[in-house]
Amino acid sequence: MGKSYLGEFEEMVLLTVAHLQSDAYGAAIMEDIQQRTGRMVILSAVHVVLYRLEEKGLVTSTVGGATAERGGRRKRIFTITAYGIHTLAQIRQQREELWQLIPKSIRPSTL
Amino acid sequence: MNNKLQPPSWIDTFLQMRLPQEQFEEVQGDMHELYVQWVSKMSKSKANRMYLLNALTFLRPLPRRNKHHYSTLRPYLQANFFDMLFNYLIIALRNLIRQKAFSLINIFGLAISMSVGLLIITMISDTFSLDNFHQKKDRIYGVITTDQVRGQPAMHLASSSVRAGKQIGATVPGVESVTLLRRGFGGDATIKDTKISLSGLWASESFFQVFTFPLLQGDPATALIEPYSLVLTEKTAKKLFGQVDVLGQQIKFDTLTYIVTGVMKDVPKLSHIQFEALVSFATVELQKPDTGDGDFFAWENIYMNYAYLLLSQNANPQTVQVNLDQLSAAQNASFTNRKITLSLLPIANISTGERLVNPIGPTFFNNAARWVLAGLALIVILSACFNYTNLSIARALRRSKEVGIRKMIGAAKSQVLVQFIMEAIVISLFSLIFSFLLFLLLRTQFLSLASQAADLFRLELSAGLVVYFVIFAILVGITAGILPALFFSRINAIQVLKNASLKLFYHIALRKILIVIQYTFSLIFITTTIIGFNQYKSFLTYDLGFSTENILNIPLQGNSGKLLKNELTQLPAVQGISTSMMVSSLGSLYGGSMKYKDPVDSANVWMNHVDEYYLPLHEYTFLAGKNFNAKANAVSESEIIVNEQVLNRFDIGKREPEKALGEVLTVQGKKLTIIGVVKDFHYGTLDKNIEPTILRYSNEPGGYLNVKIRSTDLPATLANIKAAWKKIDRVHPLEASFYDDQIEQAYNQYSVMIKIIGFLSFLAISIASVGLFGMIVYSTETRLKEISIRKVLGASESSLIYQLSKGFLALLLIAAFIALPVTYLFFNFVVLREFVYHQPIGISELLLGVGVVMLLAIIMIGSQTLKAARNNPVNVLRNE
Repeated sequence: MGKSYLGEFEEMVLLTVAHLQSDAYGAAIMEDIQQRTGRMVILSAVHVVLYRLEEKGLVTSTVGGATAERGGRRKRIFTITAYGIHTLAQIRQQREELWQLIPKSIRPSTL
Repeated sequence: MNNKLQPPSWIDTFLQMRLPQEQFEEVQGDMHELYVQWVSKMSKSKANRMYLLNALTFLRPLPRRNKHHYSTLRPYLQANFFDMLFNYLIIALRNLIRQKAFSLINIFGLAISMSVGLLIITMISDTFSLDNFHQKKDRIYGVITTDQVRGQPAMHLASSSVRAGKQIGATVPGVESVTLLRRGFGGDATIKDTKISLSGLWASESFFQVFTFPLLQGDPATALIEPYSLVLTEKTAKKLFGQVDVLGQQIKFDTLTYIVTGVMKDVPKLSHIQFEALVSFATVELQKPDTGDGDFFAWENIYMNYAYLLLSQNANPQTVQVNLDQLSAAQNASFTNRKITLSLLPIANISTGERLVNPIGPTFFNNAARWVLAGLALIVILSACFNYTNLSIARALRRSKEVGIRKMIGAAKSQVLVQFIMEAIVISLFSLIFSFLLFLLLRTQFLSLASQAADLFRLELSAGLVVYFVIFAILVGITAGILPALFFSRINAIQVLKNASLKLFYHIALRKILIVIQYTFSLIFITTTIIGFNQYKSFLTYDLGFSTENILNIPLQGNSGKLLKNELTQLPAVQGISTSMMVSSLGSLYGGSMKYKDPVDSANVWMNHVDEYYLPLHEYTFLAGKNFNAKANAVSESEIIVNEQVLNRFDIGKREPEKALGEVLTVQGKKLTIIGVVKDFHYGTLDKNIEPTILRYSNEPGGYLNVKIRSTDLPATLANIKAAWKKIDRVHPLEASFYDDQIEQAYNQYSVMIKIIGFLSFLAISIASVGLFGMIVYSTETRLKEISIRKVLGASESSLIYQLSKGFLALLLIAAFIALPVTYLFFNFVVLREFVYHQPIGISELLLGVGVVMLLAIIMIGSQTLKAARNNPVNVLRNE
């Protein structure tokens, strides 16, 4: 089983990195999560999580892509690793199994 | 770029300081990008707030992206920092051990000076914890009285009138309760057949409501209501009955019987009110004493009673004060030339603040004395710190290589600074251990120095104090270490490592200044001690205008003077006996008003009641007239002897003594004829002017027997007197003391002060000497080669000694030239101004101290330089 446990926010960030693809950098991830969940996200929290994910080997990063609105500063683009995808899949599978165990009578039909 | 889209730049600066370089770029990029969005969505100020909020959250610990980042805050946040501290500690200890002489000098100096500091910290902590045990101490106020008679300076009294206390309780809002106290209860407590003398206070029933004195027995609410109720302290109860279970017991004083209604825990030492027993105030209200000062309940009867207030929870002292002012104004309406006003004084300030007349208990050092003492101790401590500074900088050559290498390896300036300050702190903490032992010694010495000290101070240790001690030691360490640390942190590594002969004497000016300061203070201290001691001695031998030699004063303690006199005249050693109401020239005064011909011109005069033997026995000088005639009891008083000032004050007989004889004075309503004029004599102490003073006749004044003794075997004579006393009074022990000793006692406070300053000057001189010694050892050591070369080239020993010592001697001379005028001016214009009668300051007194200090320094310099000069040049020069 996965040796790395992922927190809820970490999982959210990792999923966002996965779907944003080449656009996954701090500010964009923060915006995306804010829009989807409607909750207030703090930039440093996103950065801390990204560094930690990188430490665990779930994402890698490259530096590049300066734009005018950033005042010419480069951004760090994060990409999910195969191990990252695998971990997400594992988590999803565990959840799926648990969902299956819930009796049909109370399980929402949309899922 | 559009300025509107720029976030506040100081926040960016903050981010830059906080974050490692490569993280900073991406974070700032993200932040700016977000800022642009925020500005488009909300107001600029709100966007700025968001920006700041997000920036601040980067203060949280960040995971490290890689190992090579750097920020200004970093070195102190790394785990490595503690390893470095440990390393500094080891280096400090190694240096301590390697350079024993320097460590010893430093630890010695710091330890003795810090012990004084510890004593002062304990003392100050004691004064701050005075009366702290009262639970409602923030709300307890004493009522103090200002008595202003027109044409005389205002007098501030700790006491107030019974009327004031009652009126406040009845009319002033915001006062929860008032308790009245009265001093002077005392006498022989008689229980069955035993008599034990007991003293205490009268206190009204709300005493236990205002103050926190827990009762072991009895009810605090009712214990002091009934007349003739008595509350004993635990100790007193044990003394009287041998137990504390004594409720309802009877105690007789003279003919009156009191009933014990309570036993309370002993009064804590740090209480400004001290007593053995409390008697209900109702008792004294029944007795109504004080007829001499007017009615017991009179507004102007302000000398014996005390009022303490407990303000309500939310009362404002200022509002209460306004009410007191109104109360005083209403009561003063009936006076024409006198004003008595009341004011509030928080209980914390009663015995540590301004000095008041008639204090209820012992008064603490007032604030000024406390700070002066602390200031003197600070000077001594600073002197020891200077030693450390000087010696450390002098040793720079040795340590500078170490610092150079540290810097090469990558030590930051701040790290070197921390290292050297830590070394100083290590030394001062070592010193703390020794100074603590010294402090324990010093404490017993201090408490036995003056009888008052033991009453005033507890000087007990507590955990809190130990914390203060450690903080104090660390502060001392920082003070001592800051200059050398700054010096070392600024060392240029390349210069030091390339060229060993660093500008060693670069800081020579600083060192010279420090030595001069040290010696200036040492000299000021020692001259102050010498001058003070001489002045003090001169007080003791000052010509008071009468003789005090071999006169033994015996307080009669209520016994008959006649009976004792009969016993004593039989002793062969007794040459003469007189009786007086009081002993003059010791500081206690007794006065009354006097008039001459003009019925409205009255003046206060000091007086003493004496018998016909008093004046000859004390060898008073008569300018005119004669001594009192012996009279039988029945004849009423008619004669008076005055001093010259009385003639001056009332312009009697054109101020000529002969012409004043026969004139009639009215003293306290009695008409008395002048039969003699004596030369002015010192009725008060020497810090007071001689004022109009009169001597009145009484064939049995009570008070004191003055016994003139001539004896070759004093102990035997005293034993005989004691035996005679025993026959008269079996309860009280004899309290005889020689007049000269009593005078010494009267000036005791100065003796205590001189002892303290003398002790401090001893410390200051030892510290300065040790420091100087260290400097001499060091400088002769470094100049050993120079000396040898000079010697080889033909210099004589004496010229070498001159060469080596002239620098130091010059410094000492500069110190002397600063110290002497300062001390002289200080004494002449500040201290001795306080004393009306004093000796002038002699040149010899000024020079004596300088001589002693110089001699010490010369011996040190001489011995060391001689040692260096005597060195065989071959031994020094051959290993080059």
